[in-house]
Amino acid sequence: MRKYFGRKIFVYLLTFFAAVTINWMIPRLMPGDPIKSRLARASLTDATAAEALYEYFNNMFGLDQPLWQQYLNFWWSLLQGDLGISIWNFPTPVTDLIMGAVPYSLGLLLPSIILSWFVGNWFGAYAARSKWLDNTILPLGYVLTATPYMWLALLLAWSLGIVAGLFPAAGSYGLSLQPAFTWTFISSLLSHWFLPFLSLFLVALGGWAIGMRNMIIYELESEYSNYLQALGAPRRLVRRYAFRNAMLPQITGLAVQLGTVVAGALLTEIVFSYQGLGYLILQAIQNQDFFLLQGTFLFIVIGVLIANFIIDVVYVLVDPRVRVQMQGGAK
Amino acid sequence: MTLEVSDLQVYYRTLRGDVRALDGPTFGLADGEIMGLAGESGSGKSTLSKSLIRLDGRMRYIGGSVTLDGDEVPIWDDQAMNEFRYKRISLIPQYAMSAMNPTRKIGKMIAELLESRGVRFRDTRDELHRRLELVGLQRDVLDRYPLELSGGMKQRTVMVISTLLNPSLLIADEVTSALDVSTQRAVAETLVEFRDRRFVKSMIVVTHDISLVYQIADTIMVMYAGRLAEKASAKTIIEMPKHPYTKMLLDSLPEVGVKYEDKRLSGIPGSPPGLLKPPQGCRFRDRCPLADKQCLEQPPFVEVERDHHVACWKAE
Repeated sequence: MRKYFGRKIFVYLLTFFAAVTINWMIPRLMPGDPIKSRLARASLTDATAAEALYEYFNNMFGLDQPLWQQYLNFWWSLLQGDLGISIWNFPTPVTDLIMGAVPYSLGLLLPSIILSWFVGNWFGAYAARSKWLDNTILPLGYVLTATPYMWLALLLAWSLGIVAGLFPAAGSYGLSLQPAFTWTFISSLLSHWFLPFLSLFLVALGGWAIGMRNMIIYELESEYSNYLQALGAPRRLVRRYAFRNAMLPQITGLAVQLGTVVAGALLTEIVFSYQGLGYLILQAIQNQDFFLLQGTFLFIVIGVLIANFIIDVVYVLVDPRVRVQMQGGAK
Repeated sequence: MTLEVSDLQVYYRTLRGDVRALDGPTFGLADGEIMGLAGESGSGKSTLSKSLIRLDGRMRYIGGSVTLDGDEVPIWDDQAMNEFRYKRISLIPQYAMSAMNPTRKIGKMIAELLESRGVRFRDTRDELHRRLELVGLQRDVLDRYPLELSGGMKQRTVMVISTLLNPSLLIADEVTSALDVSTQRAVAETLVEFRDRRFVKSMIVVTHDISLVYQIADTIMVMYAGRLAEKASAKTIIEMPKHPYTKMLLDSLPEVGVKYEDKRLSGIPGSPPGLLKPPQGCRFRDRCPLADKQCLEQPPFVEVERDHHVACWKAE
């Protein structure tokens, strides 16, 4: 047990190190100079003042140091929990910006991932046993799962948001409101939340339903199912076993899908101008805000790694085969 | 007679027509009889054994009847068959290695299976323990998952599970094909012991390994292309076969003590006919050295000597 988790944790640490390094590198590969573009917006007329400000900012963000030094500085401050100061939203610390955005992103992601997983598996399991459902849900599932996140988001924003006017098509809450624990604010929050949630939910739903349907059919054709049926076991028992075993790959699938869902959420947030991490990333890229970009990426990496780790643990609990391997293989 | 099968026809429905995989065998199985069912791939032996317990999705019952201990077995009715399955007709499948749900402890699986068939697990538990010990397994296999057992252990566990409710008829489908030679012998002997202890009344042992089935079977029935070729006591089949197919089948087996440097193993030239549109008359006709005009007519499966049935015009 300890060996298994020791190895897992080592792999996770290695992944973390590599991902964070790449996150640090990518913004710096972008063409252009963040400080220059920031000063350009200030439209300073005095060349010497601009020069002085440029020096000042460059020094303050540590961008005048050689790259390797910047890299070491970055790890050093990261280990102290300091993600730096945003260039775009100067002088707010990146941590504050992220903390403000995370509740919105999680509020979108968690319900859409979890609900689509449960509902999709449920539909898939039903489709596997009914010809009528199989003929309707399966094609629909393929269409949904092949739909790009942002395209469905655009479609929903246009149809339900603009044409039908049922839900607001942009923002995380009404523009005239301030976050507060009032009924007006919460209802505005929910109505703004619904469309981005729905688009994420629908795309993921199709994939889960198809996966579950195929797995159930596979399990029902498997040899242990055949044996049970030959011994006259009722349909209920056979299906129960098949469902349980079909769930296992779906749990792995959840781990694999998490990264994709997070990326999809970024696009969805941009479409709906939803103030989550996706929105921050867009701003960071447009303003060449190295620190904000690093920070948001870091957060996503941590999120995906933690989710994967949780699923690793869950898998050990639900699949005896993994458990046995952990204890040194079959005897 | 434990089992009487009469003119049983089971076809596979395909887009191109019916494949007549099982075309009218008629035979009986006496109380306590262990019958080896031999034949090459496509002879219908698996179709026959499956028909007796559970038709798979592609198989269609066409006609004929099956009687077990005097009761008609409704093999065309999947639902009604459930009454017979396990309690009166049971199966040791070919795939015994993977016959148990990999994510359930074996004991729990057995309990759930028994309870679902209306049998109290608590009442059967002692007998289950006794039988596990009889086949040389510890009681604690019940607390393990199938993948913690070796192949031979899984095989024995499945043998115990399948026979736990003392069925009248046990179908052992290629039970030894996945095992090494020494384990094959042990499994074969266990089957005989189960019969001797009356865990099962009669048994059909499906195999393509005639030499193994010879050691345990009382009778051997040979099938060819969906029909019966010959049935007699094991000794008669091996020593005095009458059907040309049986003779050639036996000739193609290696014998202990014979060097095959000078004499090549013969094998049977040609291949079995397709069963989508089977040829008229005797189906072995095209490969048979004795065939003549008479063979254009279907030979009946008749008793030529006491307890020796053959379907061949040339069997004398």
